[in-house]
Amino acid sequence: MDYITIKNNQRIAFAEIPVLDYAAFYKVLTDNLLIKPEAHCVNYYGVPSDKGVQLICCIADDETHTINVLSTIVSKSDTLQSVTATYPAFQLFEREIHENFGIGFSGHPWLKPVRYPHNAADKSQTIANYPFYQVDSEELHEVGVGPIHAGIIEPGHFRFICNGEQILHLEIQLGYQHRGIESLFLQKTKLLQRATLAENIAGDTVIGHSTAFANVWESLCGFEPSRQLQLERALALEQERTAIHTGDLSGICTDIAYQLGNSVFGRLRTPLINYFQRWAGNRFAKGLIRPGKTNFPFTPDLRDQWHSTIEAYKPDFIEMAEQTFDLPSVLSRLEQTGRVAPETARAIGMVGMAARASSVPRDVRASHPWGYYNDVSYQPVTEPVGDVYCRARIRYDEVLRSIDMMSQIIDSMDYKSSSADALDKVAANSFVVSLVEGWRGEICHCAITDAQGNLLHYKIKDPSFHNWLGLALAVRNNEISDFPICNKSFDLSYSGHDL
Amino acid sequence: MFINNLKILFHQGKQFIPDVTTTEVPGVFRGRPVITDAACNEQQLIDLCPMGAISGKPLSIDLGRCTFCGECAFACPEKIRFTKDYKMATNDRDRLIVSGDHPIEVDADKVRAEIHKLFGRSLKLREVSAAGDNSCEWELNATSNVNFDMGRFGIDFVASPRHADGIVVTGPISENMAEALEICYHATPDPKILILAGTDAISGGIFADSPALNRSFLDKYKVDLYVPGNPVHPLAFVNGVLSLVRGKK
Repeated sequence: MDYITIKNNQRIAFAEIPVLDYAAFYKVLTDNLLIKPEAHCVNYYGVPSDKGVQLICCIADDETHTINVLSTIVSKSDTLQSVTATYPAFQLFEREIHENFGIGFSGHPWLKPVRYPHNAADKSQTIANYPFYQVDSEELHEVGVGPIHAGIIEPGHFRFICNGEQILHLEIQLGYQHRGIESLFLQKTKLLQRATLAENIAGDTVIGHSTAFANVWESLCGFEPSRQLQLERALALEQERTAIHTGDLSGICTDIAYQLGNSVFGRLRTPLINYFQRWAGNRFAKGLIRPGKTNFPFTPDLRDQWHSTIEAYKPDFIEMAEQTFDLPSVLSRLEQTGRVAPETARAIGMVGMAARASSVPRDVRASHPWGYYNDVSYQPVTEPVGDVYCRARIRYDEVLRSIDMMSQIIDSMDYKSSSADALDKVAANSFVVSLVEGWRGEICHCAITDAQGNLLHYKIKDPSFHNWLGLALAVRNNEISDFPICNKSFDLSYSGHDL
Repeated sequence: MFINNLKILFHQGKQFIPDVTTTEVPGVFRGRPVITDAACNEQQLIDLCPMGAISGKPLSIDLGRCTFCGECAFACPEKIRFTKDYKMATNDRDRLIVSGDHPIEVDADKVRAEIHKLFGRSLKLREVSAAGDNSCEWELNATSNVNFDMGRFGIDFVASPRHADGIVVTGPISENMAEALEICYHATPDPKILILAGTDAISGGIFADSPALNRSFLDKYKVDLYVPGNPVHPLAFVNGVLSLVRGKK
């Protein structure tokens, strides 16, 4: 057998993952698994082993709702045939493997550094001398922005090559946010420490990442969350999506100097995140999701507060959004700006909301459902064009969709508290992949345990890992003054990428 | 269109919080904890804390390390209770280590004289996210929104360190961000203030032991204000800065 076919959150023995030689591994990927348009790589990473490095590749098949996992063992000094040459979506995965282990990939366009991790194979590379693409020309000029940006946002460096006002090329250099989280998952051995780490991967996606971690851990422990707990987590995930989408609409309005939209969407976000404070004591819901239990059971009182919050929010949100998307001065800035064509989005492996705005219907809630989403055949929202307008508009549509879903979730709650703490025994020699559709898109956590049931390896992938290249391509041939709205329309995570 | 705008403005109404120093936060916000004299198994709480923020004899919590998850209060509610007091900022690192039930205040004697004189009515801040996870960053943005409206006190965030009177740091300060932070600090004209916002910035938070950090910046420069929280609540930040620059009433 060339690969093992599993479901989202299904625990298998690590030894069940087939180990092929690299030539066969390459052939299975390029001749078989990646051919379908519904197939895409959700994770591809290296795990140190006695014999070298075991490369594990997880290819999701959205049509059959399964994940195909295969592996190969290679040596750090090997130079392997690059998958990127045929499937560009592999470019960052292969760069990451090269950066972490020194493995070469022939046929890869440029094995540039990804995030300058503390445990990089080549310590001589530093963030201060990143090898930017350059064009030697008298007509063109370069613009460098960052790592510190004008607003209060995370750091990253953008290097533009421009012809006058027009962007010919953008390169995005990341790594400033690297905190060594994946190593800390092994270093910190208490479950509560790991749950805390998970909610600090990206502080704007607390529910998304901590749900992925909880799913991994519960699968490793053979714990089945109660129906009520599943409903509460789905409610929190949709609430997070609603709050951040609303805040992003405010940000997009700011970047086109539409003051009314900025102000109204900005204040509409406040009651949504304050709702998390009512529920769990923290506006970003840190502390709400815990493996195997909840410290903040949902109550009928919280139900009533949710209804009154949304009753006040929804009409004003619709009124503001309809006005925004009806204004010629807004539309002229958003339409045809920063376009990612559907075929490009697919080729580079974009995920989540940004992919759906380019009409690629990738949504883990539909394709690899877990918990509550198993019971609701969710249909992803898509937009046709892939410009800034579509990425703004899809937020509006998804907010309304999430509100409907949250209403149904609350209606089906029974408020029965579940018994906690059956998580003592972690299965030994096991492997789990967990996919969660956060507000940005597909979050993937992979865990491997050793013979004693201790965590041997933990791999995190934020949707931003796929989508940063989408932003770099979106701005090509746009005016550099449109970069801020393009950037805001993606709103990608620096810390989620840099880990 | 004009009518629509009027409707939107009417529905928007007045959103600002009239008095940010006394307003009550909604829900079960976890702010400054109160530690009682009740008997409890101290060691159990010390072992429970994911951040290593709890010490014994007598039991105390270091709010510079605390992530405000509240697990200790769930384990021993009669010993530890998180209140809705968001005034947790101080200029004295030791005051963040709380036991009993005492308000946390800025030590006015330790505030440099020029801070009141120069910044009491106008303060421009440059924020630097040094591996912050984007939650503190969102909250600092929120201080300027229509609800919290910090601008009414003459306190604003600005784009350039050249225009700033001080630096606000979020995040545990990664090795990869250490140089940029230092350059930004030196680009800010003297006299200037330095504020650490959030648990990650104050102690490194859950990342404190990571080899990917480089916190030597903090050994070199004096910190003027510590604002605890993960993330900092906008009210904690606004009140903290006000008490630093305006001093005693």
